[in-house]
Amino acid sequence: MTERAPIFIVGGGHNGLVCAAYLARAGRRVVVLEAAERAGGCAATHEFHSGFRVSSIAHLLYGLDMQVAGDLNLTQHGLAYAQQNLRSVALHTAADALVFDGDSASGAGLDAADRDAFQRFVAARRRFAAVLACWHAAPPPRLALSGWRDALPVAKLGWAVRRLGRKDMRELLRIATMSVDDWLNEYFTSARIKGALALDAVLGAWAGPRSGGTVFASLHRAAGGGAYSVPQGGMGSLSAALVRAATAAGAEIRCQARVAGFEVVAGRVSGVRLASGETLACSGVVSALDPQQTLLGLLGARHLEAEFARRVQHLRATGTAAKLHLALSRAPEFHGLKTQDLGERLLIAPDADYVERAFNPAKYGEYSPQPVMEIHLPSIHDASMAPAGQQVLSAVVQYAPHNLAAGWPAARSRFLETCLETLARHAPGLRASILHAELLTPADIAERVGITGGHWHHGELALDQYLMLRPVPGAAQYATPVAGLFLCSAGTHPGGGVLGTPGRLAAAQLLAREAAP
Amino acid sequence: MSSGANSNQRYDAIVIGAGHNGLTSAAFLARAGLKVLVLERNSYIGGAAVSRELHQGWIYSNCSYVCSLLRPEIYRALDLARHGLQIVPYGGGVTFTRDGDYLGGYVDKDVKRREIARHNAHDADAWQRYSRDTMRQCRFIRSLLLRTPPDPTSLKLRDLRELLYLGKRFADLGEQGIYDTIRFYTLSIADYLAEYYESDLVRANFSGSGIIGTALGVHSPGTAYVLLHHYMGDVDGQAGAWGYARGGMGAVSKALAGALQSFGGEIRCDAPVEKVLNRGRQVTGVVLASGEEILADRVLSNLDPKRTFLGLLDQKSLEPELVAKARNFKIRGSSGKLNIALDGLPEFPALGRNHPLHCGDLHFLDSMARFERAYDDWKDGRWSRDPYLDLLIPSMTDPTMTPAGKHYMSVFVQYVPPKVQGRDWTQADRDAFRDTVFDQIETQSPGFRKLVLHAEVRTPQELENEVGLTEGNIFQGELTVDQLFFNRPFPGFAQYRGPLRGLYLCGSATHPGGGVMAAPGANAAREVLLDLGRPEGVPEGWSDD
Amino acid sequence: MMTREHYQQAVYPTPFHARTSAANTLNLWHRWKDCTVADAYSDVSMEYTALRNACTVFDLSPMTKHRIDGPDALAFMNRLVTRDVAKIKPGRVGYTVWCDDQGQVIDDGTIFHFDAGVYRLCSQERQLDWLQDSALGFDVRIHEETTEVAALALQGPTSCAALKRMGLTGIETLTPFGMRSFPFAGTQLQVSRTGFTGDLGYELWIEPEHALVLWDRLFDAGSAVGIKPMGTLALEMSRVEAGFIQAGVDFLPADRAVRPGRTRSPFELDLAWLVDFNKPNFTGRSALLREQAEGSRYRLLRLDVEGNKVAKDAFVYNSRQKVVGVVTSYVWSPAVKASVALASVEMPWGRPDDELLVDIYYQKELQWNRKMARCRLVAGPFYTPARRKMTPAPEF
Repeated sequence: MTERAPIFIVGGGHNGLVCAAYLARAGRRVVVLEAAERAGGCAATHEFHSGFRVSSIAHLLYGLDMQVAGDLNLTQHGLAYAQQNLRSVALHTAADALVFDGDSASGAGLDAADRDAFQRFVAARRRFAAVLACWHAAPPPRLALSGWRDALPVAKLGWAVRRLGRKDMRELLRIATMSVDDWLNEYFTSARIKGALALDAVLGAWAGPRSGGTVFASLHRAAGGGAYSVPQGGMGSLSAALVRAATAAGAEIRCQARVAGFEVVAGRVSGVRLASGETLACSGVVSALDPQQTLLGLLGARHLEAEFARRVQHLRATGTAAKLHLALSRAPEFHGLKTQDLGERLLIAPDADYVERAFNPAKYGEYSPQPVMEIHLPSIHDASMAPAGQQVLSAVVQYAPHNLAAGWPAARSRFLETCLETLARHAPGLRASILHAELLTPADIAERVGITGGHWHHGELALDQYLMLRPVPGAAQYATPVAGLFLCSAGTHPGGGVLGTPGRLAAAQLLAREAAP
Repeated sequence: MSSGANSNQRYDAIVIGAGHNGLTSAAFLARAGLKVLVLERNSYIGGAAVSRELHQGWIYSNCSYVCSLLRPEIYRALDLARHGLQIVPYGGGVTFTRDGDYLGGYVDKDVKRREIARHNAHDADAWQRYSRDTMRQCRFIRSLLLRTPPDPTSLKLRDLRELLYLGKRFADLGEQGIYDTIRFYTLSIADYLAEYYESDLVRANFSGSGIIGTALGVHSPGTAYVLLHHYMGDVDGQAGAWGYARGGMGAVSKALAGALQSFGGEIRCDAPVEKVLNRGRQVTGVVLASGEEILADRVLSNLDPKRTFLGLLDQKSLEPELVAKARNFKIRGSSGKLNIALDGLPEFPALGRNHPLHCGDLHFLDSMARFERAYDDWKDGRWSRDPYLDLLIPSMTDPTMTPAGKHYMSVFVQYVPPKVQGRDWTQADRDAFRDTVFDQIETQSPGFRKLVLHAEVRTPQELENEVGLTEGNIFQGELTVDQLFFNRPFPGFAQYRGPLRGLYLCGSATHPGGGVMAAPGANAAREVLLDLGRPEGVPEGWSDD
Repeated sequence: MMTREHYQQAVYPTPFHARTSAANTLNLWHRWKDCTVADAYSDVSMEYTALRNACTVFDLSPMTKHRIDGPDALAFMNRLVTRDVAKIKPGRVGYTVWCDDQGQVIDDGTIFHFDAGVYRLCSQERQLDWLQDSALGFDVRIHEETTEVAALALQGPTSCAALKRMGLTGIETLTPFGMRSFPFAGTQLQVSRTGFTGDLGYELWIEPEHALVLWDRLFDAGSAVGIKPMGTLALEMSRVEAGFIQAGVDFLPADRAVRPGRTRSPFELDLAWLVDFNKPNFTGRSALLREQAEGSRYRLLRLDVEGNKVAKDAFVYNSRQKVVGVVTSYVWSPAVKASVALASVEMPWGRPDDELLVDIYYQKELQWNRKMARCRLVAGPFYTPARRKMTPAPEF
């Protein structure tokens, strides 16, 4: 008897690796096909200047699926943290920084009412985010409300809301579709608090604080517990741990194996075509690439039905986040920031209107002249990231839309200058200490990691692309209309961020389908 | 019946505000046999549905200006035709382009299709799909218009029954239909249209309906839904068609008042209400600004919840939580209006003479970016430098509005802030605002200015001061999902009842929201009658839609 | 091509209008999309008789036509429609339907395969939106050419004779659903042996500028064999007699359906023969496979209704007087001397032994009557003359 053909995981990003590990643990023959030299995808560490290393795209961990971490013994496989429970610090060019630590906010200009409101806000956000966390634990149900059997999983979703009690249930039903700006205005008078919290709701999004549905985005971010941490050695260490976990479970990882397409026979995926021309027979494929690329690029619309393909085509996935990496000869000094806070999560979002104005140009295919940033200096707590005495600055910069009207090749250096100017306003001496600067625009991210639109979340994380609508109805339960082809990327439920949950749930779905008659 | 001796008059119900919803509530209550009094602050009735002669010989529909949403069930139940109401459909509309062309929204389907094809062949056929999908949403929401939203947290029989009804309507959409509906309520009009149309002009042409009266841009999620407030109406089965009330929008109010009076109801103008009176948790009547007290066990407020709860009630009787909810209720002024008396018919060279769409609604924004930039201006506290205009010349259709040969132009303007960068509007602002609008009209109608005999400039400030619409919001509250259905005006108060026994809300701040629909008024009346144990008599909508 | 003044003429004349209007003694017109075609020219029953006895000409120009070509044309067509397009060879025409993802019929029409990989799709409704969306991932060109092609249907027993007299040598050897091109008046005349009447007949396709020449030469040639113009009313009679379904009449095009559940699958329209599960993936495939396994909701029936009254707007009842369906098309068939109808009934009704009735409301001299008429199920067309399929085509 010949050995059964393997299941291929396309793309060795964190979700692909998680999925591979779970399938291998369940006894399946699994091969991960990764186009790059090393697995990791968006969770990677690279040396961008001699001796300076940085987390390439994602640079903070805030929602890693604890079940994944436990099941796969990631600690045992080498995942260690350089820093946990980072505080968030909102910078200002003309005032002291504002520090958020758990449910307490402190810093210049905050009055008792705002501090109290912050506590209430964090508590409320936690309660509502817990509902989402509950939804994220299982695959989303279909809404074929034709019988009790279909209705049960839907009722389960409803129960998570109902369990909040009358008052909170009403509140959640009200705020779910609201803009974060409106929500924050109900709590705070402090522009500084609102700016920082507004940024949390729009990081990685094609949206501003006044866009409807950003309360949801804020809750989604908080659903993982809301604490930020940094792996020792950068995000690449997480991927390395996942690689070890998957390999230990029996999965094989093949790098520099770019997948060019799938073979489909009689409505079923039968093989994988590599860019090298090699064709490999398979018993199934789970794609960790984004849904558009998987379904329209690798599979091809012709293997799908027309309305389904149209929905995939219309997925909203325009990346707006760029990544800036600076090699610094010395530690920067930010205005109003205490030295001991330099290693925390630093935000440039002085008020919600600033964030909204930063978003405005994205709507016209332009970048922000005054961008918002989420900054982290990994070298502060992790000596492995930079030569002694020198520092690395890593920043998520918005808004830099993928579909820049002027084209990124032409605009890149001007945007880099804009970023440096914005930083220099907060850290006047910074420019003199820059040894090297690397800017990754969404176009670069699209190119480098292979994500459609350079969108971190593999599709906008918004209510119209959430739960049973993620990525699109008909593929929201990880299985696609083509037998044997599954999705496991951030483009599926519960979505983006370095969670690992899509990989875990997709593996479970594949196994469940195999078991079904 | 008159007693004369007692100065304190007693009514079964008092309605505060003679807007179309207040009048509708009052008419249904009077029809059910209640002794009803409507109190109006202004010297004229109608609220924002008025016909006013502000320039001699010219009648302006100076607030709301077209009519489509008025529920035919109410029209018929109150016999409004007998009270003089006549709705006259007008033909189509136009979006002018900057290069001297236009996209015409012709009434005839084939001509309209051909017209879209003139700009983009694919979009002409996509328009069919767009119409179908949008009509599906209209059908869904229409079934909910004349019903009271259930409280989703309640276990009361009635709420459960209504939730079941809602669930059934939802299930009837089919699986894909449910997904489409959820998306429809959470998408921006720009994203919704992008799923159908390739052409920026075609998208722009359909965008206006997503943002009229709304403090959101075409890229803001939630604006696809606003479309329905312009599509769900019909004029004689022509779904989505718009018409004029013959004689101006005041004809709607006049007919409602006529119906009310025919059932024995009374209306008092120049009677601003100062406070709602209560004894404990029970409403006992109102006191007017003049100090006069009028007693009634039931008071219906046509005003928004901010004005009603925070303005008319004894603040001591209110829970702090309710005060917070009322404060947080979003009512944002985002639109203005120009009413213009013209010496003759303005020409639009792009259309040429005798064009059938000349009498339709004319629009000037031909790209999505222009729409969005108009909104960005508003966010900055300015009126749009390149605003969205919805321009109509009602006198081309309705001969009663002006002297023969003269014309009345109604120009709705989006976006206009309630305050100009934080301060009140000045006369200089108003003039500059008017010039912005005139300039845009002149781009398509050179020489238009020379025809102007009189122009009334209405900013949100006038709308607030004269009509009592907070911030000048035409819908009496933003039409975003967080303020719709069981969230309208806010959770726990979506069933028309206020915090006191006998206090009801009946304005557009309640379900199903704004537009001259009269459904909130009818629904509120049904609730009052339900509390009296006789809910029959207020139509719930035709089931065979 | 189109000017902004197109609105001044809401409804267009067809390329044959100069002739059809001269012939239309009743001045009776039917609006077919944005064109006018004659409802009847002189007398409906005489036009019908001419169709079944000699030959008639029907102006087909407003029919929607899309041209599809490019390297992936065949693959695209096969993904679009339910039948295997690879089996329609160059020079052949095939009837087909296409469905949405739910397996509900969007429209029916005919595929003309010109040269290898060059197709024309003729349909009732405009489809550019659907065709373009379906073309995602295919290297094809789709072009709507409705107004670029003028068309006449020449139908009836002497139609072949008329064409021969017009000089189309060898036309009699053209088999049903075949097509051939002839040099004509300095251009090419495309002739296909197709039609909507269930009789021997042809459809003639030509550039609009040659339309009137075609009409004139055809009537010259046909005068000796009884040629007559025919309007939509007589066509409708023959269409129902032939048992053909029509979009918007016997089924609701799925892309127009506002209310869920009102559409029909190919199986529910008695078109199972058009569904080929052995060909590559096509839109609606999975839903139709499911339907095949789980059963359909409706069945299309062809009914021979007892008596001499037509089953206009009639419900269909079972023997227990329960409504089980509706009549969608009806006609008094002069050919078979029977009241015939197409009906859509709920499953499982319409089994061979089911007794079905229709309720007929009719009036004589303003007095209304109602009767329940028993129906007999008919398999296939109500009327199908042998000449329809004969090759070589007979002289009359």
